[in-house]
Amino acid sequence: MATKELTKQRLNSKTTQTLLAFASLILLLLIFSFASPYFFEFNNLIGILLATSVNGILAVGITFIIITGGIDLSIGTVMTFGSVMAGVFITMWDLPIPLGILAGIFAGALCGFINGISIAKLKIPPFIATLGMMMITKGLNLVLSGTKPIYFVDKPVFGLIAAKPIVGIPLGVIIFFAMAIIASFILSKTILGRFTYAIGSNEEATRLSGINTDTWKIAIYSLGGAFAGVAGIVMASRLQSAQPALGAGYELDAIAAAVIGGTSLSGGEGGILGTVIGAFIITVLTNGLRILSVPQEWQMVVTGLIVIGAVYLDILRRKVK
Amino acid sequence: MDTVLVRMEGIEKSFPGVHALSNCQFELQRGEIHALVGENGAGKSTLMKILSGVYKKDSGTIYVRGEQVEFHNTKQAQTHGISIIHQELNLMKHLTAAQNIFIGREHSQKLPFLVDDKTINEKTRQLFEMIHLDLDPRVKIAELTVAKQQMVEIAKALSYNMDVLIMDEPTSALSDSEIEDLFKVIRHLKEQDKGIVYITHRMEEIKQICDRVTVMRDGHYIATTPIHDITIEQIIAQMVGREVYDTVHSHGDTTKNEVVLEVKNLNQGKKVRDVSFKLHKGEILGFAGLLGAGRTETARAIFGADPKDTGEIYIKGKKVDIRHPKDAVKHGLGYLSEDRKQYGLALNLSVETNTVMASLERFITPLGTVDAKKTRAVAQEFVERLKTKTPSINQITKNLSGGNQQKVVISKWLVRDCDILIFDEPTRGIDVGAKSEIYKLLNELADEGKSIIMISSELPEILRMSHRVLVMCEGKVTGILPAAECTQEKIMYYATMRN
Repeated sequence: MATKELTKQRLNSKTTQTLLAFASLILLLLIFSFASPYFFEFNNLIGILLATSVNGILAVGITFIIITGGIDLSIGTVMTFGSVMAGVFITMWDLPIPLGILAGIFAGALCGFINGISIAKLKIPPFIATLGMMMITKGLNLVLSGTKPIYFVDKPVFGLIAAKPIVGIPLGVIIFFAMAIIASFILSKTILGRFTYAIGSNEEATRLSGINTDTWKIAIYSLGGAFAGVAGIVMASRLQSAQPALGAGYELDAIAAAVIGGTSLSGGEGGILGTVIGAFIITVLTNGLRILSVPQEWQMVVTGLIVIGAVYLDILRRKVK
Repeated sequence: MDTVLVRMEGIEKSFPGVHALSNCQFELQRGEIHALVGENGAGKSTLMKILSGVYKKDSGTIYVRGEQVEFHNTKQAQTHGISIIHQELNLMKHLTAAQNIFIGREHSQKLPFLVDDKTINEKTRQLFEMIHLDLDPRVKIAELTVAKQQMVEIAKALSYNMDVLIMDEPTSALSDSEIEDLFKVIRHLKEQDKGIVYITHRMEEIKQICDRVTVMRDGHYIATTPIHDITIEQIIAQMVGREVYDTVHSHGDTTKNEVVLEVKNLNQGKKVRDVSFKLHKGEILGFAGLLGAGRTETARAIFGADPKDTGEIYIKGKKVDIRHPKDAVKHGLGYLSEDRKQYGLALNLSVETNTVMASLERFITPLGTVDAKKTRAVAQEFVERLKTKTPSINQITKNLSGGNQQKVVISKWLVRDCDILIFDEPTRGIDVGAKSEIYKLLNELADEGKSIIMISSELPEILRMSHRVLVMCEGKVTGILPAAECTQEKIMYYATMRN
């Protein structure tokens, strides 16, 4: 096959959806800029970036899982589990902040690890296994915190994780971008990434190629959990507290971001850049509609329509091909 | 150097409820192409899956190059130089050819957690050169034809420095010219002193390229014979252990019969261009052509599975508008897909459920529930009529052999009272004994007045079964021949009549 043809073919597949998502994002930015003078203000743009960071980190993590053909419904409450663990370490036990951060990330990874064991070894369908984990962590969050928020009142440094400006951009946003770059590297350049696509494309074929798919699936779910843990730390820092009742529903925004970005729920296809754009589309939409004083209820309706529309576009594109 | 590559002795294997292999043996030499034949369920795939580490044997011994080995997974078999190419190709369609071939070995030498696509692309290029395959290593599997995918599988096996290559029905989805290419590669491997196990149902291929043939039947080893010391008839006799139906249908003239289906200037996409033909009552019309000639697409367009762009369809002289399979079924059309497992059967449901699935509304009681007594009776009736081999009508269809699954699909459309049946590769992956039963069934259906379109890539099958043969090439009808005028050469002439 000629190289030119090959380039065309590549453009046809994953890239088209990413370009499409990117074009939609630019379009949304333009529409809102014209509709409201406040939208393109520096502070509002920083607000959008910061608001995207938590969902963005979650979405980047779940992209791996979705590419394997799996799903993780627990990442929202696992994220909060990370926040709460950090709170327990730092505020309740008065341990150093770095240790608390590690505890939060590790707690997330542990939940992901258990998800992976349930799915790969016990053969529980991902939907059910992670639904169970969602309930478990939701309960544990309330138990560990005594149903009350844990405030980092005497640790103002903790708040800087999300807020400390670096050349005008909050650290939380930089963490998000850093996580996205790391994830993109893992997905495209490491064997973990390669096996993520391979498992999603044809798990049995991958297994028959002599690859221990169970182990890799556990690793991928653990990675997704660790990303949720990082999101939990950023979240807790932004709120200066661990809010135990928060978290449920975040997984759906993350899944929506990945899907809008072109990651296929049937596995084998997807990428980090698309997911990042998808996450921004959701925040820009919410933010823009809020600035235009559209009630929150209607914001949800619009986001839902966008998700369905994005997937339908993807289906149309495949048909044309 | 020892010339014996593989020796298997006293192999036993049981699955829950089935004694799949009992006291089986097998031997493969260097530079040998060894045919392994037997009906579906004879145990040949199971035996080879044991040799390649997919299954574990219950007992028995395996020697590779004289050394006794135990395989617990495919990787161990690979390190002993044994590779298998499964009947259902095992590729990851979203990955590139190179990524597929080197899956599990794509890491860079210096940093083992990183993938080194540059190196694997280069190595793949070399492998492709070895088998004279003109293909970019970076092309995604999803973009390739089945034949090319198969070549990628062979390249993958070669990349493991294998000595033993097991091929499970490699030609079942290939056209004649593609088969020639494949044979070239296989002969090339033989010259390099590799051993090749060739599982197939196509007898003519065995004579063409194999050195010895081992026959299995019902999980038992029957015999191993040099190919020059045995005739195809003798091989088949060993395989089935019973009389085979092979009377050729009397190719009477059906063109005087009523026209039940007429297609005029049918167009659909790029694969169906200006197709016109007539189908008569009681006729078997063979659809011949190379893979990708547009035969399946034509059938799907007629059936409404992929609605036609333009063209007219008349059933019994009346113009009909078919936009959806439900319209086709309403007009008495039935379509039996080449991919039974994907489109023909609900694999996890019983023989009974599958049999009545397309006509459930006929089995509804006044209360709105399904009349189980009636559905059982009908399912039972068709199991007996078609001689479907199943322990009971409650058996899950997944557990039946290919031939018997096909009979269940046929039952489904017969229960629906279809008069026009389109069979797409009716005997693909079906063993010799069951094949002849399917042939017999098709002839009986035609004699009863059903009209049949039979799409087949096997020329002997087309010649043997059809009253008339329609040949397609690149989406166009290039010839319609009465059976009496048909020869393999003539069909191939029309099948390659490109503009």
